[in-house]
Amino acid sequence: MEVIKTNYTLVYYLTNTVGMIKINNLNFGYSKHKPLFKNMSMQLSNGHIYGLLGKNGAGKSSLLKNLAGLVYAQSGTLEVMGFTPAKRQPALLEQICFIPEEFYLPSVKIDSYVKANAPFYKNFNHSYFFELLKEFDIPANNKLIDMSYGQKKKFIIAFGLATEAKLVIMDEPTNGLDIPSKAQFRKIMASALTDDRCIIISTHQVRDLDNLIDTVIMLDENDVALKASVEEITNKLTFKKVKELDESIIYAEPSLSGYNAVMPNYHNEDSKLDMELLFNAILAEKIKFKPLFN
Amino acid sequence: MEFRDNKAIYLQIADYVCEHILLGKWKADEKVPSVRELAVEMEVNPNTVMRTYELLQNKNIINNKRGIGFFVDENATEHVKTYRKIQFIDDELPVVFRNIYLLNIGFDELEAKYKTFVKENFNA
Repeated sequence: MEVIKTNYTLVYYLTNTVGMIKINNLNFGYSKHKPLFKNMSMQLSNGHIYGLLGKNGAGKSSLLKNLAGLVYAQSGTLEVMGFTPAKRQPALLEQICFIPEEFYLPSVKIDSYVKANAPFYKNFNHSYFFELLKEFDIPANNKLIDMSYGQKKKFIIAFGLATEAKLVIMDEPTNGLDIPSKAQFRKIMASALTDDRCIIISTHQVRDLDNLIDTVIMLDENDVALKASVEEITNKLTFKKVKELDESIIYAEPSLSGYNAVMPNYHNEDSKLDMELLFNAILAEKIKFKPLFN
Repeated sequence: MEFRDNKAIYLQIADYVCEHILLGKWKADEKVPSVRELAVEMEVNPNTVMRTYELLQNKNIINNKRGIGFFVDENATEHVKTYRKIQFIDDELPVVFRNIYLLNIGFDELEAKYKTFVKENFNA
């Protein structure tokens, strides 16, 4: 009976475009004395690629693990497609694809791996899987253990996307990929974003991914320091090179020909978001950005 | 495509589309790549390409035929020129003017240079 009930939840969710992920007053930490998230709240929707940014230890991977039901919150609620991930119900888990930063693959060939693991995902798309392997240049009869780290990574990305899961979570997916693979990865992700899918990518390599991300989530000091779409950010802020500093500039870094600066967008300019600069700017001048994004 | 640093990506993609139309690679009433196809080619978020296509629709450069896709407007070339002219006057001309002023270049000198340039490049 439980299974039937939960499937209704999924049907309801998919026919009614509500927030795919709802986090309310989440408190989480690996020890009671060292909280990682304090009363964190946020909502994420389908049809977007979210870029999750934060310093080392800010909790990016922990947030992703919370979403996938791999760790449990101390208090607060976390809902994914109407389910609580910590309950690990199959009807939800088959809709989540989680690509961790560190992973283990058994000593078997690709086809045995697929035979053993694909049945857990009722929408697993075998022809799409082989298409992705081809695009990533991975021979289909390889033994997993004989592959390089980068090839293994590409394999689990291909497997994950072939599950056709509605929630795609990737922790540092471009780590270990060579230059051509990064371009292939961007193409694959551009085509993987559909209206009913929500993709969350945590990364330090913002230059690899900044044109793929449409909404930035930045974690700092136990909470969400910023959650805004690229459009909203560039409506409110201008990113540009300047020769001299003046008081309109919120944050600047020296560059070859002057400074790379962030300032309020007084003149309605359409500048290109510099994600690294934004990241450093928020770490340095959090208080000045708070009133701009609320 | 190599993106430049200082201009929003969705505008750079708009320039790319406009260039294809001006060069006659994409002709009037022909279908343009779908949002997804162009996003994959450019390695960008499909929502960014959607924003480009919305802008180009507003400028009557492309049209959305519901259920079929986006098509080059029959007068797209004219509309691209209008759009690019405004962009040039607003964004690029101030930079040129600044240099003309700072370097104290006379207009007659500019006119002569302009005429030579047109002759050499366009045979006009």
